[in-house]
Amino acid sequence: MQSETKSRVDQLTSPAGHPVTVLRFEGDIASTSKEAVLGTYQALPKNAVKQILLDFTKVDYINSSGIALVIQLLMEAANAGQKVYAFGLSPHFTKVFTMVGITKYAGLFPGQAEAMAAL
Amino acid sequence: MSDKKTTTVEVRLPSRMGFEKVAMSTASAVAKLMGFPEDRVEDLKTAVAEACINAIEHGNRLNEKLSVGVVLSADAESLEVKVIDDGKGMRKQPSKPDIDRKMHGEEDPRGMGMFLIQALVDEAEWVAGSEGKASYVRLVIRLDKDA
Repeated sequence: MQSETKSRVDQLTSPAGHPVTVLRFEGDIASTSKEAVLGTYQALPKNAVKQILLDFTKVDYINSSGIALVIQLLMEAANAGQKVYAFGLSPHFTKVFTMVGITKYAGLFPGQAEAMAAL
Repeated sequence: MSDKKTTTVEVRLPSRMGFEKVAMSTASAVAKLMGFPEDRVEDLKTAVAEACINAIEHGNRLNEKLSVGVVLSADAESLEVKVIDDGKGMRKQPSKPDIDRKMHGEEDPRGMGMFLIQALVDEAEWVAGSEGKASYVRLVIRLDKDA
């Protein structure tokens, strides 16, 4: 019943010249998304990746289990000295992420352009 | 007590993850018919989804022989949603997640469902059923006539 989570990794350079790794998600983010969320993150080379952008533009449904996976990703990234940002959340999920405190550890931006301009 | 005309819609879900989306869609359709604005519909969808996930996972323990009942009762002022399972009910009250403790591995990253439910609707209560059956969570969102 849950739509499979797809993920893709893009390497970009911010206007300030910093390398940025973008993790793009598509589908639902729920308990079944562990491989797509954490697996994709864990496959990144930790030494080379310092700034990570999470793209939620094509995500329609995130439940509390999915939010927990995002928190686990943030926890691992913090331990590796990486900075994480996110964009493309709907106004509702921006509110939910703010309510649970994720914004303390991941800056949220409306779109990719705004996020890249800040990095 | 004023006479209120109530319209009821019932859905029965299998205790399988993912079927909470059926309840979400139904609640969304009813709330839109009642005239709730989009942001309140989104709040309700997440609250109903989390209530159903709790019922499937904790109440019915993913036992597919058991079903989750979702009863939506709409009147002119509010929409009430009851999500019923065969568990013993929630004993603890929802607490606000502590992101710092979660980030430091001192608190399970999961366990935010009840908090989200309570934060997103106007009223939420957890009721333990008699003899450990038919426990339910009751959610209410109210139409703001002045909005």
